[in-house]
Amino acid sequence: MSGPTSQSLTGLEPLAESIAKPSRRSPASPVVMSWIVLLVSILYFGLPLVGTLIFSLRAQPFGEAYKMMVSDGQLFKDLGYSFVIAIITVLVSIGLLVPTAFWVRLRLPRLRPIIEFITLLPFVIPPIVLVYGLLSTFSGPPLALTGSNLGSDALLVCAYVVLSFPYMYRSIDAGLRVIDIRTLTEACQSLGAGWFTVLWRVILPNLRVAILSGAFLTLAIVVGEFTVAIFLARPMFATYLQLISQTQAYESAAVALMSFAITWAAMGVISLIGRGRQEKIIAGVH
Amino acid sequence: MTQTAQIGDARTAPQPGRRRFSGTVLGVAPFLLFAVLFLVLPTAYLFVGSLQTSTGQLTLDNFAHLTQPYTIAAYEASLEISLVTAILGGLFGFLLAYATIAGGLPKPIRGAIMTFSGVASNFAGGPLALAFIFTIGRAGFLTVFLRAIGLDPYGAGFTIYSKIGLEIVYLYFQLPLMVLIIAPAIDGLKKEWREASENLGASNVQYWRRVALPILLPSLLGSVILLFGNAFGAQATAFFLTGGFIPLVTILIGSQLSGDALGDKNLGYALAIGMVAIMGVTLVAYSYLTRLAERWQR
Repeated sequence: MSGPTSQSLTGLEPLAESIAKPSRRSPASPVVMSWIVLLVSILYFGLPLVGTLIFSLRAQPFGEAYKMMVSDGQLFKDLGYSFVIAIITVLVSIGLLVPTAFWVRLRLPRLRPIIEFITLLPFVIPPIVLVYGLLSTFSGPPLALTGSNLGSDALLVCAYVVLSFPYMYRSIDAGLRVIDIRTLTEACQSLGAGWFTVLWRVILPNLRVAILSGAFLTLAIVVGEFTVAIFLARPMFATYLQLISQTQAYESAAVALMSFAITWAAMGVISLIGRGRQEKIIAGVH
Repeated sequence: MTQTAQIGDARTAPQPGRRRFSGTVLGVAPFLLFAVLFLVLPTAYLFVGSLQTSTGQLTLDNFAHLTQPYTIAAYEASLEISLVTAILGGLFGFLLAYATIAGGLPKPIRGAIMTFSGVASNFAGGPLALAFIFTIGRAGFLTVFLRAIGLDPYGAGFTIYSKIGLEIVYLYFQLPLMVLIIAPAIDGLKKEWREASENLGASNVQYWRRVALPILLPSLLGSVILLFGNAFGAQATAFFLTGGFIPLVTILIGSQLSGDALGDKNLGYALAIGMVAIMGVTLVAYSYLTRLAERWQR
């Protein structure tokens, strides 16, 4: 500890130093370190956004890059298409996963590890591999889907539903854990309700919060997704950005910021929904 | 279990044995059918294709052909970039998470950092690549600024269209992902542990080396592995940034998809399956490590 420059008088200096150390460091320095870490992070995360903003504002005359946000019909068409696809994805995902998670918890607890494993598979099969497999499987007979626009749209939705599995299943399952589905189901059935009524009138409303956070995460992922959208060649927001990034530099900066704002809005809604609860927003579909 | 059995029985007469069980399984049939059609079947198609020659005979040659220089280079580049960004993202992400949760910063900052991490971990593909090009690209505002004060990064050999450039960009979603997944583990560090070790005379360094790090280690390793998988599977960001200039595995699969880059369909399938195998190993390691970590989070 004591370097060659400091003189050792008694041989106890290292000990004295190690005793003095904790009191010397606390309490101010960890907080200072935290602020430094925070400021460096803000720089790293802020600069690219600032850079994009500055670039988008360089277009002449001032604000020109943002003009197409009100004038470019294609942008609205593609953005609208992305949102429609995202909403259908969310609905299909809910329709598929809520009854499944409910049924597994109620009747088939032994199947749970298998279902959970399947919903985690999209983490193992990256989007590029999934789209590769989907295109290989569904571009020829007997299951030709890519021949028509409707078929391609269906394939796009199915791919996104698969990508939403990990997030949706986890939020739904977490939601089911905190409500007593067994008692609720028994109560409904003793009042004469069928399975559909149980799910639609009782389970679903109770899962509202859990489903909403998964839904908005899925929405953000689908609207900002690139790999599947581009390889299935659908007119998504991503395809639009790809196109204008090659021809209109300033405009692409403006659209990139817009995409960030959309994700931000979705996450804002999630944290509003999950306020007061320990909500984990974990994603990572690139 | 007995309770489970009673619910249906209230309405439908109990049916013994097999038939009743298969009826119950029908409840998850739509999900299973969907998963088989759009997840299992496509993967199986790639898998079977990877074991076939172009004429349909069974072979292992496709995997042997993965040892060609350019496929090896692709795997190496993917592994290197994933490893570097997983470790750096893990390190800086942990520092940021620890600073915001336990570092004595004002409370509201935590909520802001967590929400922002949710946004940034999803910010990938085109917009992310563009944002960095506008910032540290050849004409980016930071590059211009640095050049003006006499520090020209491009003069020093740096370029954003390189592995290092790509790593800097990847950290933008890797670091926040780390913040999100490590936060519960940091929350789980109990104050009592620090107090107990201080009472026993431990220094700050000793507390970290003997108490905090061993407890956090499985979570840290698990998170870094998840980050690795996250970067390994990424395609769009690299595609937008370099247009295929850096031949990652995902980029190679992409160009195989849009043309026949490898000149051999079945080799492309083998490339994809090799990728799934690596991702599978990372997920198994991750789930093992999180199970270890959960011991401390009760």
